[in-house]
Amino acid sequence: MSSKRASSKVLAPMLGAALMALAPAAARAQIHIGIVVSETGPAAALGVPQKNTVAQLPKEIAGQTVEYTVLDDATDPTKAVADARKLVAEDDVDILIGSSATPATLAMVDVAAETKTPYCAMVPTKSTVAPLDDKRRWVFKAPQDDAIMAAAVFDHMKANGVKTVAFLGYTDGYGEGWLTAAKAAAKERGIDVAGVERFQRTDTSVNAQALKIVSANPDAVLIAASGTVAVMPQKALKELGYAKPIYQTHGVSTMEFVRVGGKDVDGTIFPAGPVVVASLLPDSHPSKAVGLAYIKAYEANNKTPFAAFGAHLADCASIMLNGVKAALEKGKPGTPEFRAALRDAVETTRELPANHGVYTYSPADHSGLDKRSRVLIEIVGGKWTLLPDPK
Amino acid sequence: MSPTILLFLAQDGVMNGAVYALLGVTLVLLFTVTRVIFVAQGAFVAWGALTMAALENGAVPGTALLLVGFGLAAAVVDLLRARGRLSGRRLGLIAGRDIVLPLALLALDTALAPLKPGMAVDVLLTLALIIPMGPLVYRLAFQPLADASVLILFIAAIGVHLAMTGLGLAVFGAEGSRIDPMVAGVVPVGPIVVKLQSFAVLGVTAAVMAGLFVFFERTLLGKALRATAVNRLGARLVGVRVDGAARTAFALAAGIGAVSGVLIGPLTTVAYDTGFLIGLKGFVAAIIAGLASYPLTALAAVAIGLLESYSAFFASAFKEVIVFSIIIPFLLWRSFAHGAPADEEEE
Repeated sequence: MSSKRASSKVLAPMLGAALMALAPAAARAQIHIGIVVSETGPAAALGVPQKNTVAQLPKEIAGQTVEYTVLDDATDPTKAVADARKLVAEDDVDILIGSSATPATLAMVDVAAETKTPYCAMVPTKSTVAPLDDKRRWVFKAPQDDAIMAAAVFDHMKANGVKTVAFLGYTDGYGEGWLTAAKAAAKERGIDVAGVERFQRTDTSVNAQALKIVSANPDAVLIAASGTVAVMPQKALKELGYAKPIYQTHGVSTMEFVRVGGKDVDGTIFPAGPVVVASLLPDSHPSKAVGLAYIKAYEANNKTPFAAFGAHLADCASIMLNGVKAALEKGKPGTPEFRAALRDAVETTRELPANHGVYTYSPADHSGLDKRSRVLIEIVGGKWTLLPDPK
Repeated sequence: MSPTILLFLAQDGVMNGAVYALLGVTLVLLFTVTRVIFVAQGAFVAWGALTMAALENGAVPGTALLLVGFGLAAAVVDLLRARGRLSGRRLGLIAGRDIVLPLALLALDTALAPLKPGMAVDVLLTLALIIPMGPLVYRLAFQPLADASVLILFIAAIGVHLAMTGLGLAVFGAEGSRIDPMVAGVVPVGPIVVKLQSFAVLGVTAAVMAGLFVFFERTLLGKALRATAVNRLGARLVGVRVDGAARTAFALAAGIGAVSGVLIGPLTTVAYDTGFLIGLKGFVAAIIAGLASYPLTALAAVAIGLLESYSAFFASAFKEVIVFSIIIPFLLWRSFAHGAPADEEEE
C-alpha cells in the first residue's frame, strides 16, 4: 500500500514535468515546412514535379534540421484549406508552401494570415500578393508575374516591327491573366490588339477562331495556352495559311509541346523562367549554377525530365529558408515569435539567386523578381534556342 | 462574312457534330438498354485516342495493364458472388475471359508495339483493348445495381467517370498526345479546302450508324437489345438475358468510343480528361432527342456541331455557354409538350 502511495507521489510531479516538457515541445531544434501540392486532379501536371522536388530540398539550415510534410489537395481549394489547417494545427509547421493551382493557393492565403504563418505561393497570380494588405503580408510569391513574361514577348514584337497582334487564349484564369497582361503591355508599346479569341482546353477544334484571326491578318499572334493543348491552335493557324510569327506563353515550356507539335511549332517564340534553359544560359547568369544543380538532382532522383513547375517549389524553399538564420535570433522554431521573425527576415531578402530568377523582397513588393527572371526561347528545328534580350 | 467563311465553318461544324453524334447515339443505346446515363463515355474516347498514340510511338499502352486489372477485379467479384455453386465450366469461363484474355492482349501488345506494325494493326489492337473494358465496367459498377432507380445508376455513373478519369491520369500521365491522320492531305471543295481526315470522320460515322441500323434490324442479338430497351421484364419473360444484353450494349459503347477517339486524335490534342466535354456535348444531343431516338440524336449532334462552330467564330468566349444553354428551351418544350415525366420506377 505504502509503496503504491509513494509511487503516486513520485509519479504526479513526474507527470507534471512531462506535461511541462510537452507544452513547449513545439519549440524545437527543427524547422518544419508544410507543403500542399496538387498531386492528383486537373493540376497534376504541375503538382507531380513539385512533389518530386521535395526529396532534394535542403535537410539542414543554420544548424537546424528541416523536416517536410507534403499533402495532396487533389486540385480542390476546400481540400487545400483543410490540408493547410491540418499542417498548422497538428504538425505545428513554421512555413507553408503551396499549392499548384491558383484557386487553392488563394484559399490558403487566408489560413496563412489567420495563423500568422509565413507562406510561399507557387502560382504566378498577382492577387496572391497584391494589394499587400495585412493578410497578404504573410505571403511571398515565387513564380514570375504574367506582366514580366508579357513584357519580354511584347519587347520582342516591337523590336521586330509588329504593329498589330491577335490574342488566342484559354477562357479560364490562365487566358484571362495573360489577356490582361498582354493588353497592358501592348498599349505601353503602341501595338494594336487586333482581335481577342478564346477557346477551351478540351475543345476538339479551334478552326473557327483561327479563321477569324487569319481573316483579320495581324502581324503576329499570341497564343495563351499550356502544354500539348497549345499545339492545336497553332496547327489550325498554320493549316489556314498563316505564315507570320506566332508567340506562345511560358505554359508551353515543356519538350512535350515540341514532341506533339513537330514542324508546325517550329519558329515559335515564348518566354520562360531561366531554369528551363539552364544549360544554354551564359555563365554570368545568376540562375545558371542553381538551375543546373536543380536539374541534375531532380533527374537523378526521379529518372524523368524536370519541369519548370517543380523548380518553383525549390525556389520557395530557398526563399523561406534564407530567412531562418536571422529569425533564429528572435525565437525558437515552432513558436509564433519565430514565425513572425521569419516573415520579417524574408521581407529583407536581397539578391537571392534561384532557379527562376533573383529575388529581392521589400515591404512594398512580395513578388521580388525583375527582368532576370525570364528569357525568350525560339524553337528551331525541334530544339530550344535562347534569344538575346531585345533592346 | 463571306460565303467562303460560312462554308468553312459549316464543314468544321459538321465534322465535330459527327463525333458528337457517335457519342450521343451511344448514350441513347446505353440508356435504353441499361437505364444508365453513362457520363463516363468520354473516357473511352480519350482512352481510345491515347492507346492509339502509345502504339504509334511503339510503347505498350497503359490500357493493356488496366484491362488486366479490370479483369482480375471482375473475376474476384464473380468468384465471391458465386461462392459454393461454382461449376468447373463457369470457373473456366471466368479464368479464360477475365484473366487469360487480358493477359494475352497484354502479351500481344508487348510483342507488337515495339515493331510499330502500322495504322491498321494499331487500330485493331486499340479496339481489342478498349472493347472488353465496356462489359467489365458494367459488371464491376452497374450489374450489382441493375435493378436500382435511374438516379442511383446515374450516381454510380458519375463515380465511374471520376474513377476512369483518375485511372487515365495514372496510366497516361497529364500531358496530351496527337495521332497521325488516317489519310493525310486536303481536297478543294468549292472555294475552301477540306482535310481528307474530315471525310474519314464522316465516312466512319456513317458506317457505324449504318452498322448499328443493320445490327438492330437484322440480327437476333440486336433485336434482343431492342426488346430489353422496350421492356426489361417482358424481354426476360421471352428468354432474353438482360445482363447479357447490357454487356453487349457496353461493349458496343466502348467500341464506338474507341473509334471516336481514333477519329478525333489526329484533329486535336487528346489528354486523359478531354473526353468528358465531348461526351457532354453528345449528351446534349441525346437529351434534345429525348434519350430515345437515334436519328434525332444524330441530327441534333450535327446541329450542335454547327452551332458550336458559328458561335466560336462570332463570340468565342461564350461558345460553351451558347452550346449548353440550348438544352434549356428543349427541356422546357419537352416538359410542356409531354407533361410530367412518367415515373420510370413503375416500368
